[in-house]
Amino acid sequence: MWTYILKRLLHGLFSIIGASLLIFVITRLTGDPVAMLLPPEATEEMVRQMRATLGLDRPIWEQYLIFASHALQGDLGMSYRWEMPALTLLLDRLPATIQLASAGLLFSISVAVPLGVLSAVYRGSWIDRVGKTLAMAGQAMPNFWVGLILILVFSVSLGWLPAYGSGTFRHLILPAIALGSYPVAAQTRIVRSSMLDVLDSDYIKMGRILGASESVLVWKYAFRNAAVPLITVLGVYFAAMLGGTFVVEVIFAWPGVGRTVVEAVFARDFPVVQAGVLFTSVVFVTVNLLVDLSYGVIDPRARVNV
Amino acid sequence: MSSVETATISAPRARLNLSAIMRLPFIPIFILSVLVICAIFGNQLAPHNPTALNLGMALKPPGWVEGGSWAYPLGTDNLGRDILSRIIAGARISVIVAIYAIIVSGGIGAVFGMMAGYFGRTVDTVIMRIVDIQMSVPALALALVLATLLRPSLSTVLIVIAITYWSWYARIVRAEVISLKQRDYVALARIAGVSTPVIFIRHLLPNIMNTLLVLATLQVGQVIIFEASLSFLGLGIQNPDVSWGLMLADARSYITVAWWAITMPGIAIMLTCLAANLFGDWMRDTFDPKRRQL
Repeated sequence: MWTYILKRLLHGLFSIIGASLLIFVITRLTGDPVAMLLPPEATEEMVRQMRATLGLDRPIWEQYLIFASHALQGDLGMSYRWEMPALTLLLDRLPATIQLASAGLLFSISVAVPLGVLSAVYRGSWIDRVGKTLAMAGQAMPNFWVGLILILVFSVSLGWLPAYGSGTFRHLILPAIALGSYPVAAQTRIVRSSMLDVLDSDYIKMGRILGASESVLVWKYAFRNAAVPLITVLGVYFAAMLGGTFVVEVIFAWPGVGRTVVEAVFARDFPVVQAGVLFTSVVFVTVNLLVDLSYGVIDPRARVNV
Repeated sequence: MSSVETATISAPRARLNLSAIMRLPFIPIFILSVLVICAIFGNQLAPHNPTALNLGMALKPPGWVEGGSWAYPLGTDNLGRDILSRIIAGARISVIVAIYAIIVSGGIGAVFGMMAGYFGRTVDTVIMRIVDIQMSVPALALALVLATLLRPSLSTVLIVIAITYWSWYARIVRAEVISLKQRDYVALARIAGVSTPVIFIRHLLPNIMNTLLVLATLQVGQVIIFEASLSFLGLGIQNPDVSWGLMLADARSYITVAWWAITMPGIAIMLTCLAANLFGDWMRDTFDPKRRQL
């Protein structure tokens, strides 16, 4: 078990180092990093100072070590638009993004679980077909378009919910639906197929013979077991949600990490973009690592296949 | 002991016979054909010039709505450009992106996946670690970095697709090749002194072709949505080129007055992705039944 955890930790560390290397190389390949890291109105003195800090006269691997050691100390450069450290800026915006991603995940599960369970129980019926169609449609719509249509219907036409901004629960509803609609399809499929497996098992048949009511059988006995595969992939979906927040946050003017980074792209505030991408990668790797580890705890067979 | 019944075990290869043809997904095939025709003959098919401004005709609703005109069946946008013509013109970018992703990502993924699976050991470790690294940077995040460093354009979109989408193929092809290389004919070919490139092309590739095709069709929808998202953010296709995502970006400011400008390009994206996904599901069920989901 410990070797498994250690191995996975090393893999995760390796992925983060690799991601930083990828971003570093792309930055150095496409131009003068000093021009990117300093505001356009930087003085000669600032340029010289920056060149010295980055060690641009030294070999490329040494430059990477300088970059990495700065990053490890939490120094990802200064945002020249906000005039504060890029990392502090992102950490300020992180709670809003986590809130949105969690709400999106909650929405997708609360649709996928009933839909998946009912599709399995009434396999082949109209509800199974409705579930399939909904899931198919959800997977074919870009989340930013879902967001726009939600604004069109619920804000512009009906005037029920605010079209943008944050602060209250009402502000959270539309962005969460926009973000959560895409994974519904995959989650429904997972719940449905594991429910079908469980419903076919001996203890459910036994329960039925003993006269347990169908709803108790389905929800209390079958669903508890069928939920395990869904729980083990939730982390993966959470990480995927973080990727989706870039677009959804822009549409709903949600004050999170995604919108900050996209705005930084247009302001050419490169330290923030670089920090944002590194930051997203670290969160992504960490979440996946935690998922893998928990999977190893729940299902011993997974430990073998490192 | 004599067996009463004899069971014929047919080869697991799927063959296209009449009943398979009857089960062809006609609607998805129809939609995808329309898409390809629009991409090739868009200029001839479009009723209007998709980029011509006509401010006098700005924000006309679709033909069936009061105040609309059938000269502009799906209405016009804020600059008086015909939405139907722009949707037809935008098909080209979607098809380019999809074909490019299939060829480049599929090609790179197949080669690396075959190498990782066939050579094993160090080669495998190195390639799979690169896959891990690649998967730890979300595609959109990578696109943001490139868009800051380079000018956003079709080529930045294509670069990100090339860097991002191959890893999925590589993982699945690798798993497939690991089991293929245990087969006798691969071992015999090696003993007989067949060179490695020939083993790859003659003995491995034909066996993973089905999987590759299935993966490719299932990915078309994702790639089209990816391009639309980037163009919507202003990080992909730029005016005066036409892309569905860009149309939605232009229409966003007019959401309160022109619902059709928001709705129509999105329906085009949705129909395309739906068709591609349904076609991909059919391909998987027909050519790669072991990957079928319940």
